[in-house]
Amino acid sequence: MAVDMSVTFGTRTLPNPVMTASGCAANGRELHRFFDVSKLGAFVTKTVMMDPRSGRGTPRMAETASGMLNSIGLQGPGIHAFVEQDLPWLKSVGARVLVSIAGNTAGEFADVAKVLVASDAFDCVVGVEVNISCPNVANRGLVFACDPLASGKVIALVREQLPRDVPMFAKLTPDVTDIVSIADAAVKSGATGLTMINTLLGMVIDTDRLRPHLGGITGGLSGPSIRPVAVRALWQVTAAMREGRFQTVPLIGVGGVRTGRDALELIAAGATGIQVGTATFNDPNAPQRVLTELEALADSHGVARITELVGIAHDRMVIP
Amino acid sequence: MSRAEQSGVVQVQGEVIATRRVGAYHHLTIVAPGVAELARPGQFAALSVGGLTTGNLLRRSFSIHKVSPSGTYGGTLDLVIAAKGAGTEWLTSLRAHDAVDVVAPLGRAFPLPTEPVPCVLVGGGYGSAPLFWLADVLRERGCTVEMVLGAASEDRLFGVVEARRSADGVTVTTDDGSAGVKGWVSDVLPEVFTRTGAPVAYACGPMGMLQSVTRVASEHGAVAQVAVEEAMACGVGVCMTCVMPVRDKLGVTKMVRSCVEGPVFRGDRIRWEAFHDGVCGVPEDAVGAPKVGGH
Ligand SMILES: Cc1cc2nc3c(=O)[nH]c(=O)nc-3n(C[C@H](O)[C@H](O)[C@H](O)COP(=O)(O)OP(=O)(O)OC[C@H]3O[C@@H](n4cnc5c(N)ncnc54)[C@H](O)[C@@H]3O)c2cc1C
Ligand SMILES: Cc1cc2nc3c(=O)[nH]c(=O)nc-3n(C[C@H](O)[C@H](O)[C@H](O)COP(=O)(O)O)c2cc1C
Ligand code: FES
Repeated sequence: MAVDMSVTFGTRTLPNPVMTASGCAANGRELHRFFDVSKLGAFVTKTVMMDPRSGRGTPRMAETASGMLNSIGLQGPGIHAFVEQDLPWLKSVGARVLVSIAGNTAGEFADVAKVLVASDAFDCVVGVEVNISCPNVANRGLVFACDPLASGKVIALVREQLPRDVPMFAKLTPDVTDIVSIADAAVKSGATGLTMINTLLGMVIDTDRLRPHLGGITGGLSGPSIRPVAVRALWQVTAAMREGRFQTVPLIGVGGVRTGRDALELIAAGATGIQVGTATFNDPNAPQRVLTELEALADSHGVARITELVGIAHDRMVIP
Repeated sequence: MSRAEQSGVVQVQGEVIATRRVGAYHHLTIVAPGVAELARPGQFAALSVGGLTTGNLLRRSFSIHKVSPSGTYGGTLDLVIAAKGAGTEWLTSLRAHDAVDVVAPLGRAFPLPTEPVPCVLVGGGYGSAPLFWLADVLRERGCTVEMVLGAASEDRLFGVVEARRSADGVTVTTDDGSAGVKGWVSDVLPEVFTRTGAPVAYACGPMGMLQSVTRVASEHGAVAQVAVEEAMACGVGVCMTCVMPVRDKLGVTKMVRSCVEGPVFRGDRIRWEAFHDGVCGVPEDAVGAPKVGGH
């Protein structure tokens, strides 16, 4: 029997939970050469800011054990070029799009959202992912998502720009003392859901040259090596919502998903949606393959709907 | 039309059918159906390394040495690989019948001249790998081909014998004088340009060599088409790690992805001054460059 793979975020129902991860799939054309991006639950675009950005110099990456470090520096064309060139293309192939946005200041996030909402292809947008794991120029470059107040402010300002029925997700970093308090602040400020996790800050030293390997010195760690951190973050926030510490919202799990089994692990911890990031660099078909594998696994667990598995590990704890 | 024909690229489970040592390098022949029909000289292949459960996730990129559409085994792909780190060590230890996942062909090929003109082809180390196939294609179009192969030492030269078959003239240089002229390719290039009057040069090799080929070519009124090498994580255009500063037709510098907009660029469009000892900065006048005190 086929498992019903559909999932719901606020007012939007997606045919399945699997998505690309922001910054790991560009804006669609490249992966569409390998598989039909409209078959995914949603396509998540590279974080876009107001103005064009060159990003950092190179080297921008280092391979690490079961993962990598990246220091791209949010390279992108700016929101105007994005809504003129990228979004219409995604719409033309029938993709459901989750647009990732960011700003140097809380106000810039809102300005970016405003341009997006006013764009012609906005009807293919199934949600906005607010990348608050980016540096706040007004606060010595500390990332917004490290501070509940700054996070809440950004989320509230973006919410004001978006039509009520458009889901909005806050993307959190695990590099904080208490991720639950950030999640709480984002939900109270109007987030429809939360995406967890962004990369962890790391560093690699080139032992031949005895100098930092990355041009940007530090970078974001991603890939299978961070999956246990993603599982932990999803678990903690799900547990807090189940305890009634704040309103229950759907979570999108991201971090180290390479196979359907990895996706199921994040779902069992509490994720409703799944994003596939770094694994795409290993296998350009990874998002599509993860979906196929996940469907087969869900079937083998005998469920009728994938949503029956969301957070299931919380109910299956053995307490002797 | 199939997705592969439409998109010009395939992902296939390849099978190694031959591997042999060539000096300091390993020459692999891989059965990779569908690649040969799509590939052109200058494009590359991105291989996964370490098998299905590998901890080395990123693909390794290699210039396509040659392809053959048919044969006993189906279409094949040839690569020349220098063992350097974990991934190339794994690839060069593969034996006949081992499996390897291949995504190819990728990137832009060498643009070909419309007229039958003399061409200079310059290869540094394994950078000569794609040039013999290019030479054959150029000669089919009536071009004459002069090749210059350079390397640190004789064991790091690739394809000197093949060059004598594929080119009308061959010059070899080594840094240590173990073969050919002692010195760099840039030492012999002025004479080659003067003698042949070539309006175009094609080059593949280390960045320093590509820069000097570009300089010597422009001193002789020639255009250099160079295939660059920048660290790549995906090879397919989705990660933005492989960028370098390149001017467009209008002279505007952007940080462009060398895996999709390259690896072949016009040498005079690359902002060579931004490269320093393995690090490349963002020129101040590049589109979206960080402002002082800004991001
Ligand atoms: C377009 C292109 C064509 C190339 N053609 C050839 C060729 O024909 N023969 C050959 O021997 N080598 C070639 N290279 C270089 C080859 O890709 C690297 O030597 C190889 O990726 C190093 O992998 P490693 O695991 O041995 O090293 P590691 O240092 O362990 O690699 C770690 C990571 O860095 C990346 N990386 C490291 N060095 C390079 C580099 N120089 N270029 C690109 N990525 C790098 C790897 O892909 C990997 O993701 C080419 C590179 C490019 C970009
Ligand atoms: C090269 C690269 C670029 C990324 N760019 C972004 C980005 O622009 N915005 C964002 O929210 N996350 C970005 N991320 C983080 C991913 O979306 C994801 O949260 C993280 O990599 C963990 O998932 P993974 O292990 O599946 O890659 C990037 C990750 C990588 C590896
Ligand atoms: S290597 Fe990933 S974009 Fe070029």
